[in-house]
Amino acid sequence: MDNEFLRGRVWKFDHDISTDVLSPGAYALDSVEVRKLHVLESVNPAFATSVEPGDVIVAGRNFGCGSSRETAPENLQALGVACVVAESLSRLFMRNAIAVGLPVLVCAGIHAAIADGDDVEIDLATGRIRDVESGTALQGDSLPNEMLEILAAGGILAVLRNQRGT
Amino acid sequence: MGMTLAERILAKAAGRDHVAAGEFVVADIDLALLHDIFAARVFALLADVGVEGVFAPDQTVVVIDHLVPAPSPEAAAIHQEIREHVSRLGIAAFYDAGEGICHQLLPERGHVRPGALIVGTDSHSTTYGALGAGGTGVGTSDMVYALATGRLWFRVPETIRFELAGALASGVSWKDVILYLAGRFGADAAQYRAMEFGGPSVANTDMSSRLTVSNMAVEMGAKFGLFAADEVTDAYLRDHGGAGAEPYGPDPDAGYEAIHEVSLSDLSPQVAMPHEVDRVGPVEDVAGLAIDQAFIGSCTNGRIEDLRVAAEILAGGHVAPGVRLLVAPASRRVLQEAVDTGVLASLVGAGALILTPGCGPCFGGHGGLLAPGERCIGTHNRNFTGRMGSAEAEIYLASPATVAASALAGHIADPRTLGVASG
Repeated sequence: MDNEFLRGRVWKFDHDISTDVLSPGAYALDSVEVRKLHVLESVNPAFATSVEPGDVIVAGRNFGCGSSRETAPENLQALGVACVVAESLSRLFMRNAIAVGLPVLVCAGIHAAIADGDDVEIDLATGRIRDVESGTALQGDSLPNEMLEILAAGGILAVLRNQRGT
Repeated sequence: MGMTLAERILAKAAGRDHVAAGEFVVADIDLALLHDIFAARVFALLADVGVEGVFAPDQTVVVIDHLVPAPSPEAAAIHQEIREHVSRLGIAAFYDAGEGICHQLLPERGHVRPGALIVGTDSHSTTYGALGAGGTGVGTSDMVYALATGRLWFRVPETIRFELAGALASGVSWKDVILYLAGRFGADAAQYRAMEFGGPSVANTDMSSRLTVSNMAVEMGAKFGLFAADEVTDAYLRDHGGAGAEPYGPDPDAGYEAIHEVSLSDLSPQVAMPHEVDRVGPVEDVAGLAIDQAFIGSCTNGRIEDLRVAAEILAGGHVAPGVRLLVAPASRRVLQEAVDTGVLASLVGAGALILTPGCGPCFGGHGGLLAPGERCIGTHNRNFTGRMGSAEAEIYLASPATVAASALAGHIADPRTLGVASG
C-alpha cells in the first residue's frame, strides 16, 4: 500500500464471526464474484449489496474463527473492505488476510468505542485508530514489520513473485 | 530458559538452537497437506507464479476427502484437475475419494513424526499435535509459497499448558474433556498460541483420544495442540507402518504463558450448544431436546474406537422414529475394521445410514445437510450458524456415546443412563 493511512465507514459486527459466515461452505467452489454476494448474509443480509469500497469492518472477539478459508479475507477484499479491526482475530483469518494483502488490526476496546456507520481513520503502521465523529482515539496492536512488508508487497504471492523475479 | 514443545519444533525447523515465543522465524516445512477444496487452486496458482514443481514431492500429501463422492459435475471436474496435477508433479502420497479424511489418513498411514512441522490447507491440521508434531492450518497463498520454497514464516507462539489429572468416569470421553476446556476457557483462549496437554491423565490416554483433543485445539484458537511423544506414541507409530519414536517433550524449565490445572474426575458428558463451540454445558442441561438428525463421524470422532462405542450403545436397539442417524467412518481402513469386527452390522441393524469416508456433512458441503428449524447432534467439531446447511438449523456437539444415546432416544440423552462404558 502506498498510503497506510486509511479512512472509511464502519460496519460493526459482534463476536465469533466465523468463516462459515464470511465464506459459506456451499459456495466453496464458486468464483469470488459469486462468493462475495454471500458474505455475512446470515448475520446482515444487506451487507454484501450495500458495502462500499473503502469501508471498514469493526468486530468483537475471535473474528474469522473456524475453517481455514482464505476465501474469507478474499471475499471481503473483493467487496472493497479496506481493513478489519477486531477485539481479537482468529489466527487463521489473520494469517490468510496478510497472505492476500488485506489489512487487519487487533484493538482492545474497539467494539464498545466505535458505533456502526461512524467514519474512522486508521494508521496501520502505528496501530492508531480515530473515530472521526466522536474524536475517540484508540491504540491497537501495531503489526510487526514482517507482516507490514507482506501487506506492502500486496500479499505473499507478490512476495514470491518478487523473489523469483517473475 | 528451556523450550516448550512448540518452541522446540519451530527451532528445529528454523535450523536454530533456540527460539522464544514472539520471535518470527522462517522455517523448513517437513510435510505439506492439501485437500480437494483447495488443491486445484493451489496448483493453478503455483503454475501461475511460474513454479514447475513442488519443493519435495515426497513431503507433499494430497487427499480428496471433502467432496466425496463428487456431489456435482463441478466437484468431479475439480477432482480431475487434482489427479492431473498430482500425476504431473510426481506426488506419490495421493489418497483418492473414499480413502478417508486427511487428518485420519496422515497419522494412520504413517506420515506424521514427532517434532515435524506440518502445514495443511485445513484448520484441523492441529490434529497432528497428538503425535508431538507441529501441525497447523494455512491458506492457499501461504501453501503456494510453502510448496514453491519449502519454507514459510511463523511467529513462535506463546504456550498455554493444561495439566490434566484424575480418571474419567464411565460414559465420559476425551471429546467431553476438550468440549469442557473450550467451555471453561473460551473459543479464543488460545488465540495465536500453542496448547500443550500433559499431566497424569494423559499418560494412560490412547492415541484416538489424543487425536480428538488436538483436533479441536483449533476451536480454542490454537496454532498447535500438542502432546509429548511417549510410549503410546511409539506404539501407535509402530502399528501404523513406521519406526518407533523416542520420547519427545518440552524442556523441564520451559516457560509458559499460563499453566491450568484441571481435574477430570467429576466431569459429566458435555454438549456444545448452538452456535458457538464454547457454549458448553453438561448433558443434563439439554437432555430431552428433540433431535432430527444424529451424526457420528468427522476427523474429530470418526475412528474405529468412536464407531465401536456407538455400536455398543445401538446394538440390538433401533434409532428413534423420525431421527436420521448418519455414520461416516473416518477412513476406508476404519470402515473395513468396522466390517471385520461386527461394528458395522450393529450400526446398520440399528438403522444407521452409512456414508462414504469423508467430510461431507461436517463442513456443510453435502450429504446430510439440515433444513430450517431442524436440530442435529453430532460428534464433529463446529456448530456455527449455517455450518451444516440452513442458517436456521441448530447443531449440538457431543461425544460418540452421547450422540448414539440421543439417536436411540430421539432426543439429547445422557449415555450414562444407558449404563454404557466410556469412549
